Amino acid sequence: MNMPISGKPPKKLSLKENYALLTRGLGWETSYESMDKVFPQCDFEGIKIHDWDKWEDPFRLTMDAYWKYQGEKERKLYAIVDAFQQNNGQFNVSDARYINTLKLFLTGVSPLEYGAHRGFAMAGRNFKGAGASIAAQMQAIDELRHAQTQAHTISHYNKFFHGMHDPIHMFDRVWYLSVPKSYFEDAMTAGPFEFVTAISFSFEYVLTNLLFMPFMSGAAFNGDMATVTFGFSAQSDESRHMTLGLEVVKFILEQDPANLPIVQRWLDKWFWRGYRLLALVAMMMDYMLPKRVMSWSEAWGMYFEQNGGALFNDLARYGVRMPKYHDVAAKEKDRLSHETWGIFYNYTHAAGFHTWVPEEGEMKWLSEKYPATFDKHYRPRFEYWRDQQKKGERFYNKTLPMLCQTCQIPMGFTEPDDPTKICYRESHYRDNKFHFCSDGCKDIFDFEPEKYVQSWLPVHQVYQGNCFRPGTDPTAPGFDPLLEVLKYYNFNVGKDGGEYLDSEDKKHWEQWTGKPGVSI
Amino acid sequence: MTDSVFIAFQTNDDTRAIVEAITHDNAAATVARFPAMVKVDAPGRLVVRRESIEERIGRDFDLRELHLNLISLSGNIEESEDEFVLHWGN
Ligand SMILES: [Fe+2]
Ligand SMILES: [Fe+2]
Repeated sequence: MNMPISGKPPKKLSLKENYALLTRGLGWETSYESMDKVFPQCDFEGIKIHDWDKWEDPFRLTMDAYWKYQGEKERKLYAIVDAFQQNNGQFNVSDARYINTLKLFLTGVSPLEYGAHRGFAMAGRNFKGAGASIAAQMQAIDELRHAQTQAHTISHYNKFFHGMHDPIHMFDRVWYLSVPKSYFEDAMTAGPFEFVTAISFSFEYVLTNLLFMPFMSGAAFNGDMATVTFGFSAQSDESRHMTLGLEVVKFILEQDPANLPIVQRWLDKWFWRGYRLLALVAMMMDYMLPKRVMSWSEAWGMYFEQNGGALFNDLARYGVRMPKYHDVAAKEKDRLSHETWGIFYNYTHAAGFHTWVPEEGEMKWLSEKYPATFDKHYRPRFEYWRDQQKKGERFYNKTLPMLCQTCQIPMGFTEPDDPTKICYRESHYRDNKFHFCSDGCKDIFDFEPEKYVQSWLPVHQVYQGNCFRPGTDPTAPGFDPLLEVLKYYNFNVGKDGGEYLDSEDKKHWEQWTGKPGVSI
Repeated sequence: MTDSVFIAFQTNDDTRAIVEAITHDNAAATVARFPAMVKVDAPGRLVVRRESIEERIGRDFDLRELHLNLISLSGNIEESEDEFVLHWGN
């Protein structure tokens, strides 16, 4: 050790100096290969970076502190997961309808965490600047932690409830899971700058508060201490990720004025992609939490319009404006959750989770939260469905829907200015017609049609016969295509999805807990 | 109207002292409590001071410990050993 033999011990480094040694001190200019060859992805997106040393580190978290605090977070989380399991916490949630949010979370969100792990590992490798590279690499490790802790926590529920037995297999195949999957793969197949703008800024900074804050708080409110703990544990890393996103965008904009139009286009695109993805969250908040914290519309007002608005006001000094079609999102905020839940009510027999008609007390809440739209447009539909159900004619839609080529959501959203008319848009490209749910999705396609003509649209794939298990014979007598598709998804047919009131989950809940399957 | 910055924490014993310190140091801050979560908003700027936390929590506090209970935040960040600042504008 080079401790001085005599005299004072060396002065302790400041946080700034310490972090500078980690980030700047560990980077070097390559000599026997050119920097451009070592970092081949840094230029093709058109982003011009002149001086990586101008990078401002958000959160100066050195490695020793990183491992110390991450270790502490893990110990806290697993202590709670242990206590939750030992206390049979799965039976203390509001009612078994709540569990369906976990099914959607595990199959639709946790695989994105793993995707983020891969994406940030690649981004870390591809950035020329050591500061950005280190932040991306730390995030890659965080994201792996998120995927793991979510699988560990929710695996306990898998012992008692259906639909959680094979999330990764489902993620790669199931129709509605292609929505999050295609979203993330769109980002991962872009260059490193677009990837971090998409994920760190547009998703994590601008939009994930809507997922993790009101929804996780909602998990706590519904008695799920395990989920709120993994949610908030992940979210504690998220603050660092969000800050990285803001830093990246500011850094790119400060480096060269020519970067602005590129960044603005990414902000427009990824706002709309992310917003469409959050339709699933809107429905979770308004319909799937038996005890509700706040409505989607309120959350959108608080986290996007207010907090996101402040962010974009701040970025105005760089010439950045609010993302295109944010006004459409505002018009849709009183409709989004209802339209999305309606789609899943139609197709729940082909889904890995249950749906139901909200109870009278819940409809009252929805009327209060959505005075302009619920009683007028949605309540009558639920009442009709409820009556059908009472007659033993629970409605299941047996025809496959047309999907939007970009977001891959069934085309069930309505015109921005007419909530009674389905919104259809189309583009022609290379003698083919492509369909979109919105102007936002159409714009994204029109800018990069070569990318989106390749979309793996689940409905097309089903009709083309690509969604059956190997060896399936469609000419066999009595061949049931829907059943075969559900087997290809590895669904437990008739148990994972369908009407909640008829479900085994509900039956088990009542047997095991002695509590009613619907708590309201 | 000045745009707000915010910081949100898990509700627990550590963050009780942290939130008290923040409201002490930021007269304009408002506190909103949700299940398992506490969110503090402040117009334009919010400062978290190490000394104020230490006075309330009764031990040394490294501001990086904020990470343990942080849920989310907004604003540009300035960070030193003594202060953690969120702000809009330069
Ligand atoms: Fe994550
Ligand atoms: Fe779409």
